[in-house]
Amino acid sequence: MPLVAVRGVSRIFANGVQALGGATLDIEAGEFLSVLGPSGCGKSTLLRLIAGLASPTAGTIEWSKGEWPGGKPDLGFVFQEPTLMPWATALANVALPLKLHGVARSEREARAAEALDHVGLKGFERTWPRELSGGMKMRVSIARALVTGPKLLLMDEPFAALDEITRHRLNADLLALWERSRITVVFVTHSVFESVFLSQRIAVMAARPGRIVSELKIAAPYPRTEAFRTSADYAAHCRLVSTHLSEAMAAA
Amino acid sequence: MSARIVAPAVMGLLMLVLWEGVVRLADIPPYVLPGPLVVARTLIADWGMLAPALVVTLTITLEALAAAVVVGGMLAILFSLSRWLELSLFPYAIILQVTPIVAIAPLIITWANNVDLSLLICAWLVAFFPILSNTILGLRSVDHNLLALFELYGAGRWKTLIHLRLPAALPYFLGGLRISGGLALIGAVVAEFVAGTGGSASGLAYRILEAGYQLRIPRMFAALVLISAAGIAIYLLLSLLSYLLLRRWHESAIEAES
Ligand SMILES: Nc1ncnc2c1ncn2[C@@H]1O[C@H](COP(=O)(O)OP(=O)(O)OP(=O)(O)O)[C@@H](O)[C@H]1O
Ligand SMILES: [Mg+2]
Repeated sequence: MPLVAVRGVSRIFANGVQALGGATLDIEAGEFLSVLGPSGCGKSTLLRLIAGLASPTAGTIEWSKGEWPGGKPDLGFVFQEPTLMPWATALANVALPLKLHGVARSEREARAAEALDHVGLKGFERTWPRELSGGMKMRVSIARALVTGPKLLLMDEPFAALDEITRHRLNADLLALWERSRITVVFVTHSVFESVFLSQRIAVMAARPGRIVSELKIAAPYPRTEAFRTSADYAAHCRLVSTHLSEAMAAA
Repeated sequence: MSARIVAPAVMGLLMLVLWEGVVRLADIPPYVLPGPLVVARTLIADWGMLAPALVVTLTITLEALAAAVVVGGMLAILFSLSRWLELSLFPYAIILQVTPIVAIAPLIITWANNVDLSLLICAWLVAFFPILSNTILGLRSVDHNLLALFELYGAGRWKTLIHLRLPAALPYFLGGLRISGGLALIGAVVAEFVAGTGGSASGLAYRILEAGYQLRIPRMFAALVLISAAGIAIYLLLSLLSYLLLRRWHESAIEAES
């Protein structure tokens, strides 16, 4: 059984907008999966449903009992914006999930400092969000999502607002992190290049109603370096994925 | 010293000189318009009578402000926790706010049957609304993604309130507090005027009324100066408080880089 099984999920908003219609997707334990689709096709809605932040109008979302015997799954969520609390330092922001879970102060600060270290922000514990660059804020946001040691990391276009150089750095760092921890990642993006560089598997979405129309495997081995970005293999994959995305957009 | 201090100081000094000049040149008698020097001399001479009055008025003002913070803040929190409560009570808060205090002060004075208490109620009535409405706005102006995050980690209403809604509302609350500080003083003075007595002890408004009856116009001006000074002091203190609480993170308190 997959880690999360999304089966024929629909979501209709109160104003009658059907954001999702019969979306089906398996998320396998330990994989790096990208969800790729045009703006407004329901990617964020799908991610919120997987996170349990909203419930589907129809269809089911099942979490593997073997992985999460205790009911509510532990997962980390990274939003498109860093979404930090401006009144709290980087360390306090990262420690927030632990605080809400009632972890003692000394332990949560130690774990938050460690998480900051993992995203390359050692020494920035006492910094305020306004003093951090966009890329650093995103790193804090990722550290916060990882601090509880979740099995599943959901990321909603986390690097969309960043410049290309920063995005490439964060892509590489994210991959390194994933290879170390083998946490399951569901990465939402509208960038073909980003999805090919990062993922083992790409689910392509079409809009109106939002659904998964095709799934593609990116067989290239890890670790993927900057050399991969310029390889013929990478270009071929990008071409293939682009074709699928165009078809999905034409189908909508 | 920055232009922010020098410019208004120079302006104020010019106005005072102009005022004194006009009074002297036109030979205006002090019972019509006293010059600033006469007012200053009166302020010193009558200090023994004006200072206790200032303390009375300030006490009522600060008590009313404290009550406004407690009641306005609590109501805002209750409203944020219960939509139902807000829908049923908020319209009445607005009615209280739009009713002129001079119109209801006589009623309150009659009902309260205690001058000090009725002055406090009047000043509180004027002061609490900005705190209430600003705090409600702040409690609601929370980033919805942060709210989702709190939900994700299973934080209930209380944890969300304490760790998210209250800090997010703090700048709004402090903005309301600054407005309320001035309003509490106005409320205290107006109520004292309407009551026509200072209660157990006389406040500045009563001293102004009294001086008016006795045609001691310089004393009236001296009392007026004290009220203005008190208002300015309250505003500056609350601004300082706001700055101290927000300087590390809120845009309003962060000096623009030169
Ligand atoms: N709360 C809501 N109420 C009503 N309609 C909504 C709501 N949230 C999203 N929608 C609609 O649902 C559709 C899908 O929205 P969603 O945010 O999931 O798209 P997306 O794929 O994440 O887009 P983007 O790439 O621009 O972030 C859109 O048409 C949007 O207008
Ligand atoms: Mg989105």
